[in-house]
Amino acid sequence: MIRAGRWRPWLFVGPALLLIGFFLVYPALVTIARSFFGRGAQLFGPMVHYVGFANWKYVFTSPVMLTALRNNVLWVVLFTLCTVSIGLVLAVMLDRVRYEKILKSVIFVPAAISMVGASIIWKFVYAFRPEGMPQIGILNAIVVSLGGKPIGWLIQRPWINNICLIIVGIWIWTGFCMIILSAAYKNIPKALLEAARIDGANEWQVFHRIVLPLLVPTVAVVGTTMVVTVLKIFDIVYVMTNGNFATEVIANRMYKEMFNYFNYGRASAIAVVLLILIVPFMILNIRRFTRQEGGR
Amino acid sequence: MDLRKAASRTPLHVALLFFGILWLIPTLGLLITSFRDPSAIAASGWWTVFPKLFSGGQFSLQNYVSVILKEGLGRSFLNSLTISIPATLLSVFVASFAAFGFAWLRFGGRRYLFMMLVALMVIPLQMTFIPILPIYSKLGLAGTFPGIWLAHTAYGLPLTTYLVHNFMAGIPKDLFDSAAIDGATPLTTFWRIVMPISLPALASVFIFQFLWIWNDLLVALIYLGARPNVAPMTLKIANLVTNRGQDWELLTAAAFVSMALPLVVFFSLQRYFVRGILAGSVKG
Repeated sequence: MIRAGRWRPWLFVGPALLLIGFFLVYPALVTIARSFFGRGAQLFGPMVHYVGFANWKYVFTSPVMLTALRNNVLWVVLFTLCTVSIGLVLAVMLDRVRYEKILKSVIFVPAAISMVGASIIWKFVYAFRPEGMPQIGILNAIVVSLGGKPIGWLIQRPWINNICLIIVGIWIWTGFCMIILSAAYKNIPKALLEAARIDGANEWQVFHRIVLPLLVPTVAVVGTTMVVTVLKIFDIVYVMTNGNFATEVIANRMYKEMFNYFNYGRASAIAVVLLILIVPFMILNIRRFTRQEGGR
Repeated sequence: MDLRKAASRTPLHVALLFFGILWLIPTLGLLITSFRDPSAIAASGWWTVFPKLFSGGQFSLQNYVSVILKEGLGRSFLNSLTISIPATLLSVFVASFAAFGFAWLRFGGRRYLFMMLVALMVIPLQMTFIPILPIYSKLGLAGTFPGIWLAHTAYGLPLTTYLVHNFMAGIPKDLFDSAAIDGATPLTTFWRIVMPISLPALASVFIFQFLWIWNDLLVALIYLGARPNVAPMTLKIANLVTNRGQDWELLTAAAFVSMALPLVVFFSLQRYFVRGILAGSVKG
């Protein structure tokens, strides 16, 4: 610690704390309160009255919110499983080839572009024309050339279109997982793996018995990061389907209630649902932090 | 190389080739399409350009010209820069001060405030929009650049402060002791010693934060949504999808313009970008 007196430290942390207080802490508290009030814009404005749990009833019983909740579950499961496992497989496989660096860049580069850009890239992959017309989307061109009928990838509810959206997310985020898992993999002493091989372990045993257990902490960090990311998923759905054809997700519904229907009470309740889902990860982050601090 | 060993590695190469193609083809389709004539785009798939690749006449810059000049994407490009650069500078600046305070200065509640920061790293921004918007309208900040600079700065602060803090906390204490003997105040220690040492870490955080803001759609939708003249490219392109969803010549060119700067940043500064990601997650 540096000696700085009683008030000088606050000059350093003050600006950040003020901004965080005004833009994150205060509004979060108001939004929680707001979820028990009617539609108006201001908490104590003329159009606002206490509505009890009416917004909450809407959140957990209306068909459109139930669809959104179901889709978020689907996103969390499929997206997290695929990004982490493909990222892990790629990290291990790429360590053995000479073109590791270039292929890593190829897989990682979607993380640098906007989800809006990625959505357009994939909207074009999924482009659909009626039967008989030339298909300009590569996926339908393949389907047709194999003798099938063109598929409305983003319209076929409820599974095909949702899975197609999730694939876009996987395409964006797998590289992120791969980079982190690869760094952790390269930290494993190679002598350890060699020793196992000399003792007669095959590659699968080496991976399964040694590499995987050593990577568990990193997989946990990457996995939770992915879950937190995907719970808040918005851009891809907003751009590609805007939640139509049963592809709604929580964050997109919140935006609609806020900007299309001006129902600030409902929108607040939906935002609080997101918060509740994320609170366990906040606690996890704090725990990891205190443990790390204790280890220093 | 031993022939049998090489053969046993073939599945590995095939699998990796498969992933490489899977990841490249969507972007390749976008890139090729953005240079094709609108009538050609509607009549045939982008892969049909390959057989006559060198016969000429297939490609032009026309789509880029019309999307940048006629559709106003040029203006949005400037807006994106006007939003991203000051907001990133401001947030790295404020975060550096706070990170130094949290890492090296003693004050009441330091530990708990930092734990709050760690928790807020993952808070859904949706929790903040509804109370802030009316305040923004009253203050005249809605739909303005200063308004979105402040919002982006605040939203990015928990993570940026945390990242910079992790680096600054690792600076050897001896450096400060000799400075204190020389009678340096905390502010001079910060400017003369801590900031110069932290430059590589700050560069990582800067790139990270810059790309985040450049690629952001949600915050722009909320705080700039109603004003097309200040809209960044993400917002502009999202609107293009709504209004001109089948005009692929515009969408593909627009998407590529918005990706150009991140791609340049990515390929020239990949090292810093990777370092930022690793700092944020492995320790997280």
